[in-house]
Amino acid sequence: MKARNDDFNKRRKHLDTYSDQELKTYFYKLTDQLIDPLLEMAFEYTSPAIERSVLLRMGFSSLEAKAITDRLFEHNLLEFGAGHIIYYYSKQHHLSIREAGLMLLEGSNINQMVEVFKHEAK
Amino acid sequence: MKPNEKLDIRNLLKDLEHYRPRRKGWVWRDKGPIDLGPFHYVEASPSLKNFVALPSARNINGIDPQPDATITTEIASGRFEDDIRRMRMAAYHGADHIMVIRTAGQSHMDGLLEGTPQGIGGVPITRKQVRAQRKALDLIEDEVGRPINYHSYVSGVAGPEIAVMFTEEGVNGAHQDPQYNVLYRNINMIRSFVDAAESKKIMAYGGLAQIDGAHNANATARDAWKVMPELLVQHAINSRMSERVGIRPDLICLSTVPPAAPPSPDLKLNLPYAIALREFFSAYKMRAQMNTKYMDSSTREATVTHVLNLLISKLTSADIQSTITPDEGRNVPWHVYNIEALDTAKQAMMGMDDLKGMLDFKKDGYLMKTKREIQERAILMLEEIIEMGGYFNAVEAGMFVDSGKYPERSGDGITRKIDGGIGAGTIIKRHKNYMAPVTAHYGYNNLSQYGINDDPASLIGGSTFENPELIQYIDELDDEDSVNIRLDENERYRSTSMLKPEVQWLGDGIVTVDLFFPTDVLTAEAAALEAGKQMNLSAVEVIHKEIMHPSEGTRIQLKGTVNFEIDTTKLVLPKKEEVLSEDEILEYVKKYGIKVVAGTGGSDEHSVGMREILDIKHGGIEKYGIEYTYLGTSVPIEKFIDAAIETNAACVMISLIISHDDIHYKNMQKLNDYAIEKGVRDKLILLAGGTQVTPELAKKYGMDQGFSRGTHGKEVASFIVKKHREIYEN
Repeated sequence: MKARNDDFNKRRKHLDTYSDQELKTYFYKLTDQLIDPLLEMAFEYTSPAIERSVLLRMGFSSLEAKAITDRLFEHNLLEFGAGHIIYYYSKQHHLSIREAGLMLLEGSNINQMVEVFKHEAK
Repeated sequence: MKPNEKLDIRNLLKDLEHYRPRRKGWVWRDKGPIDLGPFHYVEASPSLKNFVALPSARNINGIDPQPDATITTEIASGRFEDDIRRMRMAAYHGADHIMVIRTAGQSHMDGLLEGTPQGIGGVPITRKQVRAQRKALDLIEDEVGRPINYHSYVSGVAGPEIAVMFTEEGVNGAHQDPQYNVLYRNINMIRSFVDAAESKKIMAYGGLAQIDGAHNANATARDAWKVMPELLVQHAINSRMSERVGIRPDLICLSTVPPAAPPSPDLKLNLPYAIALREFFSAYKMRAQMNTKYMDSSTREATVTHVLNLLISKLTSADIQSTITPDEGRNVPWHVYNIEALDTAKQAMMGMDDLKGMLDFKKDGYLMKTKREIQERAILMLEEIIEMGGYFNAVEAGMFVDSGKYPERSGDGITRKIDGGIGAGTIIKRHKNYMAPVTAHYGYNNLSQYGINDDPASLIGGSTFENPELIQYIDELDDEDSVNIRLDENERYRSTSMLKPEVQWLGDGIVTVDLFFPTDVLTAEAAALEAGKQMNLSAVEVIHKEIMHPSEGTRIQLKGTVNFEIDTTKLVLPKKEEVLSEDEILEYVKKYGIKVVAGTGGSDEHSVGMREILDIKHGGIEKYGIEYTYLGTSVPIEKFIDAAIETNAACVMISLIISHDDIHYKNMQKLNDYAIEKGVRDKLILLAGGTQVTPELAKKYGMDQGFSRGTHGKEVASFIVKKHREIYEN
């Protein structure tokens, strides 16, 4: 930002009539206004770290979670949720969650999921 | 675990793969007034089962009153196994919040670390390390009789995964603030906020207390006291975001530092700010951190600044009181300074007990006017950020950590690009079919496609949060850089009789030497290095220098490594004098009617110590029927012997406190010589006591025995009886 002098007395005029309590209420109104779009964005987006954290909770080790997430990322599948893909694969092939996740690391198993999720718009 | 037994690290590491934490979530102290010894404390918590009290408590029934605030100590030497020993020492001195600092660079690691590699300025936070430390704290909290909170950091590009691991492993608190990532770690701002929502949701589930990162603005800004309006803004962004994601307000803690430090007018700057903050954030908790911004290498100066910070805490409030070690300005904290910092907090807080109960702040004038001004400045800053198009635009424009006091701007704020930084371009828009079948997941989650509305983990029969047996434990990834190798390397100091001095790691051999040279600072520094060399120290470094006068003198503190070890089996330990039973003493004294002459010798006006040894109400020798003649203070040496002859006393007890130029030992010799001169030495028991008296030297200077600090009447009475028996019955 460009340097500027302290113009507090000029800027604060509209706050003059606020009681201490009103000032506090206004402070939180502004805060909420500022963070609304941040929370909205977090609601609509995911990230590799979030997906890895989902896989940890599904019972994968950190090394497995990273490898699977990287693989799904390369195949543009993270938008569906890494856990979702594994869950779907496990149901389709009657596998446990861990078996399904580790299978997706092998050979071309993941292509099936690209087919299902990307092309059949699961 | 017994107080007289060391914690067995190897045993602790056994069977870690099956360890489960005994509880989850944060625990506050059991607060309330207590009566302890002769005193009533208002802002206090129950005493510990095992503890080390302040040194002066020796004179006040050994009491160790505990403040009502949770007390933090930050530990991380780079070797978690050594930190565990420090945690146990810290708990004995009153810490119930153990914060573990991460190794340099961990916030940029895209994923979890595993195993137990050595760290730099902290430890690599891994599941094994966390598990071992939480397990150790289970034992330690049983030992001290108070729950201990374990804490580290949920930040960097692997925040959500760390939050999951912490929740699984029963970690009780964590730093979490996306602004920290953005401003100080240059992690992409969008990624940071998206990840933060998930991390906070997980922490909310795990019941972890959250501490924000606002204090870093204070540590980074050029003029720390001008950053106050912005601190309110930073606290608001993180606290409110956390609350809306689901963290309970009583677990949202503001990391607040009094921004100014002496020689600035500390309280005048810090107190209005502290009030402004607590007024606006009354729904949340205060984690009072201590100022590090202006910290130099003087441990004394740092301690005084910290006591002023504690005064602010007591004048306002602190739910968690952090302690900064006074050596942080010169090295990664050493064991003893963690303990010093804890004792500083305990001493100052209990010393200022109920301060607010005695005071009121002036409603008019400087204090409240300044408080309101800080609040208004913060509001104006929020208004401008919104005008700029929101948080991201404001960061990009360099609005934050500017050294001007808002609305003044110096143009030196931290600037980050919306599409820049580590992890830029890695967030992904969730598809309408996005789904995550786990507990504590934030944001859009299309469960209806699988016919459910809530409890996403039910799709997989529960996640690790419900079924901890699903957790995959990795022991080590790198056998060369692991705790096992380090333990083998210094096993000599763990399981043999060999001993080495230590500051942070077992067997590190580091010592400090405190020197004064009657010369200028440059010469003194060079002389100190030479002195270290002549003392056979290696790796000698000056860690502190202070000018006493430009030419008359300089104080130097140096550190170096000793190149020897001590075999404890070859040490001669002072024999503990066997104390007779009370009945035996009473019976013997009754039989002989033993009389004593006592007083403080030479030109010495101290009397407290002697009175404690004599008076019945302190458990002194009077209790055992010994009749005494008290001669008072500054008693000429000859008078002791003359009075003993006159009263037919069997014993002379001389108190000698002043030790300058060894005057206390010279007076002992004089007492002995005069008794010989008078021909009574054989029949007279001569005893000397004082804070600087050592038994061996007292005997060398003609006494029958010497008594140092911490002596009780019973020990003296017992010795008199034994010696009397030797003279009169043998």
